[in-house]
Amino acid sequence: MLKNNELTPEALRDSQAYREWGLTDAEYQLIAEKVLGRLPNYTETGLFSGMWSEHCSYKNSKPVLKKFWTQGEQVLEGPGEGAGIIDIGDGQAVVFKAESHNHPSAVEPYEGAATGVGGIIRDIFSMGARPIALLDSLRFGEPNDAHTKYLIEQVVAGIGGYGNCIGIPTVGGDTVFDESYQKNPLVNAMCVGILNQADIQKGQATGIGNAVIYVGAKTGRDGINGASFASAEFNDAKASQRSAVQVGDPFMEKLLMEACLEVIHEHRDVLIGIQDMGAAGLVSSSAEMASKAGSGLELNLDLVPQRESDMTAFELMLSESQERMLLCVKAGSEDEITKVFDKYGLDAVTIGKVTDGHQYQLFHHGNLVADVPVDALATKAPVYQREKKRPSRLNKQSHHQFMPRIVDATGALKKLLQQPTIASKKCLYDTYDSQVQTNTVVKPGSDAGVIRIRYTDKALAMTTDVNGRYLYLNPRVGGEIAVAEAARNIVASGGQPLGITDCLNYGNPEKPDQFYDLDESAMGIARACQLFNTPVISGNVSLNNESNGDPIYPTPMIGMVGLIKHQRDITTQDFKQAGDAVYVLGETGADFNGSELQKMLTGTISGELFEFDLVTENQNQRLLLRAIQKGLVASAHDVSEGGLITTIAESCFGNGFGVNLKSDLPAANFFSETQSRFVISVTAAKRAAFENLMEPYATYLGTTTADNRLFIETADQNFDIKVDFAKRLWEGALPCLLK
Amino acid sequence: MKFAVPVFPGSNCDHDMVNALRDILQADADLVPATTTDLTSYDAVILPGGFSYGDYLRSGAIARFAPVMTAVKAFAASGKPVMGICNGFQILTEAGLLPGALQANRSAQFICETSELIVRNVETQFTSDYATEAHLQLPIAHGEGNYYCDEATLAELQANNQIVFEYVTNPNGSVANIAGIINRQGNVLGMMPHPERAVEAILGSTDGLGIFKSLLAHREEVTHA
Repeated sequence: MLKNNELTPEALRDSQAYREWGLTDAEYQLIAEKVLGRLPNYTETGLFSGMWSEHCSYKNSKPVLKKFWTQGEQVLEGPGEGAGIIDIGDGQAVVFKAESHNHPSAVEPYEGAATGVGGIIRDIFSMGARPIALLDSLRFGEPNDAHTKYLIEQVVAGIGGYGNCIGIPTVGGDTVFDESYQKNPLVNAMCVGILNQADIQKGQATGIGNAVIYVGAKTGRDGINGASFASAEFNDAKASQRSAVQVGDPFMEKLLMEACLEVIHEHRDVLIGIQDMGAAGLVSSSAEMASKAGSGLELNLDLVPQRESDMTAFELMLSESQERMLLCVKAGSEDEITKVFDKYGLDAVTIGKVTDGHQYQLFHHGNLVADVPVDALATKAPVYQREKKRPSRLNKQSHHQFMPRIVDATGALKKLLQQPTIASKKCLYDTYDSQVQTNTVVKPGSDAGVIRIRYTDKALAMTTDVNGRYLYLNPRVGGEIAVAEAARNIVASGGQPLGITDCLNYGNPEKPDQFYDLDESAMGIARACQLFNTPVISGNVSLNNESNGDPIYPTPMIGMVGLIKHQRDITTQDFKQAGDAVYVLGETGADFNGSELQKMLTGTISGELFEFDLVTENQNQRLLLRAIQKGLVASAHDVSEGGLITTIAESCFGNGFGVNLKSDLPAANFFSETQSRFVISVTAAKRAAFENLMEPYATYLGTTTADNRLFIETADQNFDIKVDFAKRLWEGALPCLLK
Repeated sequence: MKFAVPVFPGSNCDHDMVNALRDILQADADLVPATTTDLTSYDAVILPGGFSYGDYLRSGAIARFAPVMTAVKAFAASGKPVMGICNGFQILTEAGLLPGALQANRSAQFICETSELIVRNVETQFTSDYATEAHLQLPIAHGEGNYYCDEATLAELQANNQIVFEYVTNPNGSVANIAGIINRQGNVLGMMPHPERAVEAILGSTDGLGIFKSLLAHREEVTHA
């Protein structure tokens, strides 16, 4: 029954070929001795290697993920399903999740990024939701070598190629450049959907005899065992592993999405469960659906639609061909369902059924090729409590804050505006359709993307954030700040933060100092989430992001969604008219370690991270949200990388207004990255009411002007620059670097 | 007035168009599948934007063979108004209902931005609501919007006043800054910008309303004539 090139169980054991697929000797022995009580055959070993990969089993991160706060009365569905769901009132709910596609994008950037987008979209519509927005959080090396430029160009093209075609607007995200990501770029995609609560679906296969239907694209040999590939450390030898990367077809996915939503909305009485075939393809979707329901499952692989000949059971089960879904429907309703897919020209084939008991059985060419307990695959992967040791880089840190000497404030500003991380990302996001579906109120380039909810007065604000430099200097506080910054962006847009998704991008958890980063930052994230009442409802873990031994900065991407109760509260960062009063909410300290300025002046970041207080952060956010909801705020912009001066400049750029401001701070402090601050503009008529509410937390700086000049008198020197000139530098820097 | 909006596999601005027509213009509008063979019960047809058939081979190249296009051709031949937006414009040129072709943008990249247009011809049933030489802010979102035609065709378009919309700043390399053209008979319009994305102030512009208002007003005139 075994294909001629497949090893016998004994040969597999003796050659230890399973190591190639990511299984350790101990894991293999566990399977043979405890789980099966016999040697697993080639196919079975493959199933375990996929299902027990970090990507599918979270075996290294489970103890860490347990620390997350996932409760909250607004949560309708927490982590565990395709995506999490949060109540937004009126019988509606928002669904969102983020996923990383780092390693595939390093090897084949266009398809890696495109299929990352495609995969996360399937997670959203598999829950019964219509996808309404995409965001992308990207990390690249410094854009000064040909390979990095190639990666940027191809990743951005892949994201646009998929999202534009399928017709889901890309409304936000963040892009950061740092040599830490030179060989291991991060490509994290987030999708947000909306549904009526009555339509919520689960990925489950219950009811003995019910049918398992395969729908969508045919299965090929692309992405075979990609989950194991994604879970392993990356090195130069792997750069040639293109066969582990999938190829996307957004047109196919558009049809699949419409067909699945039609089944969900119009055939809900016969639909039992639906799940995306993502990482570890057919095995993970089917085993998880059966395991969640406590069922057994039987599949006939001869019936799986195939686009290549002579595929083995191993290949069919572990292929990560894109644009495929698995449905469980009531026995007898198969024709009703396949007719829907026929209409869209899609394959829909009954390939198996729910069985009595708890076995997972695969038949191929008339032979039983795998017979293992369902739960062994889906839930019984070993869980590792990794060793944790404080990294030496933290022990060697200087306790002093970096003290910049700014001799030419305006010159420093000019240079700062052209740093790739600070510079405008317009040339990237202008290649994404941000308006399709005609609900986009705030397009990319503001603090958060804002999508109105049609036929209601509500809107959703969404953002992705994390500053890996802060985490590198202090993983726990950096984790807190990542959540805080996301919340700050939501609040600045007029939204109440609802919850988060995450992509936890880290190095190798088997190295105690790298596990320390993961564990510590998870504690920071958990604490912040609890304080902001933003539970973690979904997410993904991407470990072994190191290249030839060097890990990336710990980079837990936080994707946050907030609810704007009334569309009149939607707030943008741009100054709205001349003569408005400009305030900074929150105290400004001399906080430079990990800052963009430190990086710009010294070429690196170092020292102990500055202090950060979540309680102050929360208080300032609540103050601003109250001011917005009272109608007192003309513009609000969160202060983050590049400090106060960058924030003020960006608020000038949108509509071309200038400012005339005065401060008793030294010029250098305008570059400080103290957290918990906003730059706010207020019309003259509302100043008194605003100050009344904000006393004593907001500081008046001056007014906006019509004269195209950014002028700030500080304690030691002046910032003085033409707004349109500064904007040209800021917008021109990235296109110039990428040429 | 009753609009038909054909839905090709891969269309993705079909609902946006119908929402604009129904919710904002209070007009009757139906989504009709690409298999439709009879459009005679409608007063106007709008081919929506998107990526029909994945834009495989070439934008609009496969859509022109869809059954509904035979009906669209008959509909156009009967003199009733047909409009193609973005992918719809590409389909109209591929189907031979409008001259020229749409190539990849000069930048070779997809472009999504607000473009400033000048209405060059307000004497059409699609543009009568606009003031002469009106400037409009309309979103564009396309990878292949670079209008091309040979010199003879361009001369003809100019001589017959068939260039309806021009870009103020050419975003994609189009010949003569062309953003939208009309056929000689004046009942088939193709344009790359998206008027259906510019019908509500909350989304940034209402400059697209004029096109739909023009069509509705024209229909009134025809009915009362």
